[in-house]
Amino acid sequence: MSNYDVIIIGGGPAGLTASIYARRRELKVLVIAKAVGGQAALAHEVQNWPGTESTTGLELTQRMKVQAEKWGVEFVSDEVQSVTENSGVFIVKTAQTEYQAAAVILAFGLTPRDLGVPQEKELTGRGVSYCATCDGPLFKNKTVAVIGGGNSASEAAEYLSRLVRQVYLLSDSCNAAADAALVEEVKALKNVQVICGLKVTAVVGSDKVAGLKYNDLQTNEEKELAVDGIFVEIGFSPRTDWIKDTVKLNERKEIITDKVGATSQPGIFAAGDCTDVGFKQMTIAAGEGAKAALSAYKYLAAKKGKVATPDWGVKK
Amino acid sequence: MSEMTFTDANFEAEALKSDQVVLVDFFATWCGPCKMQGPIIEELAKEIGAKAKVGAMDVDANPETAGKYNIMSVPTLIIFKGGEIKSTMMGLQGKEQLKAEIEKYV
Repeated sequence: MSNYDVIIIGGGPAGLTASIYARRRELKVLVIAKAVGGQAALAHEVQNWPGTESTTGLELTQRMKVQAEKWGVEFVSDEVQSVTENSGVFIVKTAQTEYQAAAVILAFGLTPRDLGVPQEKELTGRGVSYCATCDGPLFKNKTVAVIGGGNSASEAAEYLSRLVRQVYLLSDSCNAAADAALVEEVKALKNVQVICGLKVTAVVGSDKVAGLKYNDLQTNEEKELAVDGIFVEIGFSPRTDWIKDTVKLNERKEIITDKVGATSQPGIFAAGDCTDVGFKQMTIAAGEGAKAALSAYKYLAAKKGKVATPDWGVKK
Repeated sequence: MSEMTFTDANFEAEALKSDQVVLVDFFATWCGPCKMQGPIIEELAKEIGAKAKVGAMDVDANPETAGKYNIMSVPTLIIFKGGEIKSTMMGLQGKEQLKAEIEKYV
């Protein structure tokens, strides 16, 4: 089993910054992430990264990876399934293999929220989509529904209206969370119909999406709408269910951290958007990553210090 | 083996009639997660060697094949063997995950 001082789970700005800081303290560091960049890599334009007037999220995070590799950080493109503690050592498991680490940094960010209704999972990629800019062009001349009451849903509806035949914008809140001007703009579009005061209850279709079912909250009637695509735009949440028995989460399922990135479990640190940090921003995530790495370093030094103390004089 | 570029023109010969297990990354040039998947496919193609044929297809430039397999989301990754679909994966996939999936069919 491969052995590391620190294993970092997640390859966005928090995880990559943590890896650079940890490696510069001469720790043996592994980053496990499906791909480098995380949500940040999907940002078309980044204009608030200090020292860089304008760049893309992909470019910026690729540069972070190159920098980390230069320092000797190792990378594995995989998905972690569990982290367990065994007498002071952490076992980090993926579907294929397992790794051992003296400390772990959780920095896996946020994942698009799902509706949690029947048939949604089965038809993801078969008409259910969480990325309007990715999959919108594949629905040319079709009928689609956008679900969500915030700006991202209204923006997706506007974008899709230019590609597809008909868009339904569905929400429970009547787009209360979106900018009023944006909502008015969307409502004025000929091929967009806004339907609100409803709750989507199921996705309909066998091998691909044929429609959706919703509950009209005013009349409590169950209704069905025929659509070819369903774009879910209801925000993001951290996917923390797999780690909930190991570290404490808040009511939003975010990992609770202290001021230096420590979690409720000694030896496990966390940084960035998957934590209860006040703002989900790239620069903040990077700073939090640095903090978590330095805390992990301190933790390991103290741990080693206790054991190695008697030999120090001899080695010198 | 280096990464293969699949097209409508070569798909039958290079993918369906291939003796090897074939992994196709159906992508679009406009899609962010596809840009993250790209380098993973490139590395995978190199690492897997002669065991499998690994490559990508631009769905916009190759509507015939993308339409035939009803690609409704990008990236979609499909493993073919003997002209048949063995496995379909939706969304960004890690290199080790893809390797393990290919291993099932070689």
